Amino acid sequence: MPQHLTIHLAGENALIIYFSQEGDGQLSANVSAKVQQAEQLIRKVMAQELAHELSKDIIDLVPSYASLMVMFNMLTTDHHQVRNKLRTLLQTIGQNSTEQVITHQANLVELPVYYSHESGPDLSVIAQRAQLTVEQVIELHQAQEYRVYAIGFAPGFAYLGEVDERIAAPRLSTPRMKVPKGAVAIADRQTAVYPSVSPGGWNLIGLCPINMFDAKASPSMPVNVGDRVKFTAISKDEFLKLGGVLEVSYD
Amino acid sequence: MTKALSTQGFVVDQPGMLSLIQDVGRFGAFNIGLTNGGPVDLLAFQWANRLCSNTLNATAIEISLGGLTLTAQVDTTLAVTGANMPLTINGEVKALWRSYHVKAGDVIALGFASQGLRCYLAVADGFSISPSFGSTATVCREGVGGLHGGKLVAGDVLACTPNRTNNEAKKNLLLVDKLIPSYTNEILLHTVPSYQQHHFSSHQQRLFFSSEYTVSKSFDRMGYRLEGQAITCDIEGILSEGICHGAVQIPADGQPIVLLNDRQTIGGYPKIGAVSSIDTAKLGQLSQGGKIRFEAISMEQAHNLFHLNLSRFNRTELVVCD
Repeated sequence: MPQHLTIHLAGENALIIYFSQEGDGQLSANVSAKVQQAEQLIRKVMAQELAHELSKDIIDLVPSYASLMVMFNMLTTDHHQVRNKLRTLLQTIGQNSTEQVITHQANLVELPVYYSHESGPDLSVIAQRAQLTVEQVIELHQAQEYRVYAIGFAPGFAYLGEVDERIAAPRLSTPRMKVPKGAVAIADRQTAVYPSVSPGGWNLIGLCPINMFDAKASPSMPVNVGDRVKFTAISKDEFLKLGGVLEVSYD
Repeated sequence: MTKALSTQGFVVDQPGMLSLIQDVGRFGAFNIGLTNGGPVDLLAFQWANRLCSNTLNATAIEISLGGLTLTAQVDTTLAVTGANMPLTINGEVKALWRSYHVKAGDVIALGFASQGLRCYLAVADGFSISPSFGSTATVCREGVGGLHGGKLVAGDVLACTPNRTNNEAKKNLLLVDKLIPSYTNEILLHTVPSYQQHHFSSHQQRLFFSSEYTVSKSFDRMGYRLEGQAITCDIEGILSEGICHGAVQIPADGQPIVLLNDRQTIGGYPKIGAVSSIDTAKLGQLSQGGKIRFEAISMEQAHNLFHLNLSRFNRTELVVCD
């Protein structure tokens, strides 16, 4: 098995495969591509042979930036067996050239954002820490083209990277009980749009009026893993016209 | 052959505080951010289904806190398990952990529990609800599952299959008293050290596994925030990664959060371990003020615990009554 790939325990029915060096918290498109490759490889084997043990042993796969969590069925297998099968299957990951790994045709998706104090209660905190004006923070957030590294946390929650180092901000020490739908947020060098009301510890800088998840629509989300995203500032009027809703309170 | 779907079943007269349609949970959609959902107390859920002679994945109702009132539109069999909510059928007090025949027009009401938090109400053959992403499990935060993606509201009609055979001829079943789980306010959570465990010093790990924690006012199907000895981690955050059932997250304020069925699929707080599913079922029956201790176990011990409990469940025979 390639040296950069390690398998750790997650829970009684889950293992997690890490694709980058321990402690290396940097985002990497290359590592992210390996995660995708591993996920696709496992899904391919499961789909090709329905009788394959993996198709009954594995109940969920959770790809993220640099890891792939594998949940298994405790009725049919155990962590030793799953670990061995994964080791064998993932022998080849990372040995191919990067060109072969990245097969996905990425789309560019533009997302409008109403940046302001009323829609982004943490804007001024980020500006103060960075010794920038609020306007500069808003500029820097729009300047970057982001990659969708993972989808998770909640339906349609796309993790985008990387934000400019100057506006990177640690998660809140105590997460908010309620973050509004559409909240545009920053955590470290990641940014995202909250697709629905939920608790959350990210720094809020604006609101996006686009629906990030619709169970009845197909596809359910405007972005896929591997897509590129760009944010564009809009006025309050435009935000409201696009169907945006302003939250009164942030708990 | 198409089976005509029944449109009659039970009418929700009073939904109670939080009553949710649940099957065993939604699996295989974590990659688009859909969490598992499903019964927090899986054991009580499975007993409710067994008491109705159902498959263990049949759709039932999870009632948190209590206050649900239903009127039957069909003749069928039902059973309630879990927290000790007072159950009445047409005003007559009935015991939990056994099945009853009900007739069209019967009123089934649940009061509020003095011990435990959640009950499960199952009917013969389960409620007929169309699945979303492969499951009927309701996750309110996602707006997915159940009848309309949310908790039950007055006027909802929960369809089910009427008994085809003579209802009276079919015997009812019960679980004997000594095998009924007792819901205490102090529990031990067996926990597999995992994930970022090595980023917690051995001193911090000893503190975590030797301290008593209390359930804070923030507890729900997503997770239980605890209060007690703060635990510090060498690192503040990690690249967000998949979160398994029972994972114990330690945010920067040091207060552990045990993540349950409606947890976020991915997150970036360091995790010290994950609680076994046998014990998350018990945790889900606690409310604010409940006392908790953690005990470290190996993955092998976790497997043994799981299979011993499963074996006990499978070997236990229900008693025919009435």
